[in-house]
Amino acid sequence: MAGRPIIEIENLSHTYMKGTPMEHVALKGANLFVEEGECVAIIGHTGSGKSTLIQHFNGLMRPESGKVLIDGEDLSNKKVNLKTLRQKVGLVFQNPEDQIFEKIIGDDIAYGPFKLGLPLKEVRERVKWAMSVVGLDFEGMIDRQTFALSGGQKRKVALAGILALKPKILVLDEPTAGLDPRSRNELLDNIKRLNKEEKLTVIFVSHNMEEVALLADRVYVMADGTDVLNGTPKEIFTDKEKLQRYHIGTPESVQVLYRLTDLGYEVKTDAFSITEAANEIIKVLACKKECSKHVQRI
Amino acid sequence: MEPLIRLENVSFSYKINEQTKVPVLRDIDFSIYPGEYVAIIGHNGSGKSTLSKHLNGILTPDNGDVWIHGYNTKNVNQKRAIRQTVGTVFQHPDNQIVATIVEEDVAFGLENINIPREEMRQRVDEALDVVKMSPFRHRPPHHLSGGQKQRVAIAGVLAMRPECIVFDEATSMLDSFGRKEVLQVMRKMNDKGMTIITVTHHMSEAAEADRIIVIEGGQIVMDGPAREIFKHKHELEQLQLEVPAVSQMAELIHNRFAEFSKDIIQESEFIEEVVKLSKEEVS
Repeated sequence: MAGRPIIEIENLSHTYMKGTPMEHVALKGANLFVEEGECVAIIGHTGSGKSTLIQHFNGLMRPESGKVLIDGEDLSNKKVNLKTLRQKVGLVFQNPEDQIFEKIIGDDIAYGPFKLGLPLKEVRERVKWAMSVVGLDFEGMIDRQTFALSGGQKRKVALAGILALKPKILVLDEPTAGLDPRSRNELLDNIKRLNKEEKLTVIFVSHNMEEVALLADRVYVMADGTDVLNGTPKEIFTDKEKLQRYHIGTPESVQVLYRLTDLGYEVKTDAFSITEAANEIIKVLACKKECSKHVQRI
Repeated sequence: MEPLIRLENVSFSYKINEQTKVPVLRDIDFSIYPGEYVAIIGHNGSGKSTLSKHLNGILTPDNGDVWIHGYNTKNVNQKRAIRQTVGTVFQHPDNQIVATIVEEDVAFGLENINIPREEMRQRVDEALDVVKMSPFRHRPPHHLSGGQKQRVAIAGVLAMRPECIVFDEATSMLDSFGRKEVLQVMRKMNDKGMTIITVTHHMSEAAEADRIIVIEGGQIVMDGPAREIFKHKHELEQLQLEVPAVSQMAELIHNRFAEFSKDIIQESEFIEEVVKLSKEEVS
């Protein structure tokens, strides 16, 4: 892909509570490059620096050392306009309840667009659109109280509030944790559509390898505060040695296929979807059938 | 057998203001018996988390009653006995860890109920051993992985020696390894006779349970053995749910080779079926 770079992070380091006994190195020489319109997944264990890294994207954290360029703008420059930056980069946190503060769903989603000074009609259109993307029924839910929502519903409201700002770059921290299967599939389809059709750049942190395999063009693997690996899902999930070395999980379908290869079956392990994986196994069984016919003929 | 937990016509609504109420649970009626392993599934907003909060008196019903070993959860005086019978592990590992050292965190509940020091030590050792976290006992919890933190939280509940543990989406923040660790602990505790109730969005996790309760619009719409429930693929899809990934794969293979069982719900069964069939074909 020869797109324009939209996020360029080079040799970024960050230490929490520097100079105290509680000092903790969160990032140490991390690099990340994202092109406009790409969909990039960041995976890695708790404490590998994923969350610290993404907080640099919209200036919540400033680079302590190293370079952070967002859409060409250097964030180490103190004069960066944070308001325009945050309009450009929408960040949805992991805990949706942290991000919701209005009493009514519609008000919460409309908060950002109102702050941008958009006319009422436009705000209403945006709220309606954002709710449809996340799968919240506009008529039925707009006047519902936010506190009586379930965790999954709150997550949808938080995401809709960010989408309503129409960011250029969407950053999601565990977008589907706590969502039921259908909500998860619908949300993933919608994010994929926004990414492919509207050229929205998407960066998401996830531990769900199904969604990484389904959504991401490229995957960054973080460990101990730095990027240790990056590549397409196919490159990452078929490299058994690296999967083990960095303790990376795989989609359920791939897990089944790996177990079969361990038993000596010849199946390809890059079948990320249920259908592809089932076809791999059908091939094996069909082959056995053919072979046995062959044996009988002899 | 006497049920461990019994819900009788339980209804509950969240009160928004004096006039409006959002009904969440309607006339829920079921019993959970000692030693059962039950999964509760349902889509976002179906009421399953509210239901799980009724199982040890965090919430009490507007109408109807919840009985834990014959104690009514509405009876404030028995709250302590109830909480000691049914423990809960929540979704966010960080929200349930209170101490700065793993073993102190596990001992926290015991300190509150004045367990003598010797016994406390023994219970903490035992609990850390079950969740395989003994090597981490002197570590600060905030540097642990999500799965490890969740296991520390489980140890804290185990140390209280409850008869039943409710896992309220306890694996949804974990990666596949962390989830496996927690699932193994759940299986192990159930094998030892503990009652396990798990609220989950992961169908492969629900497939580990013996019994599944499906909830929709605050009511129970299905209740039965896991294998039976997952035969109703179409109904589950209408409830915004699905069957486990291996069941979906098994069905596709079954459509091609009728002898491949489509009633598979667990990964190990799936592997066995592939092995069995490929061997049969050769012989």
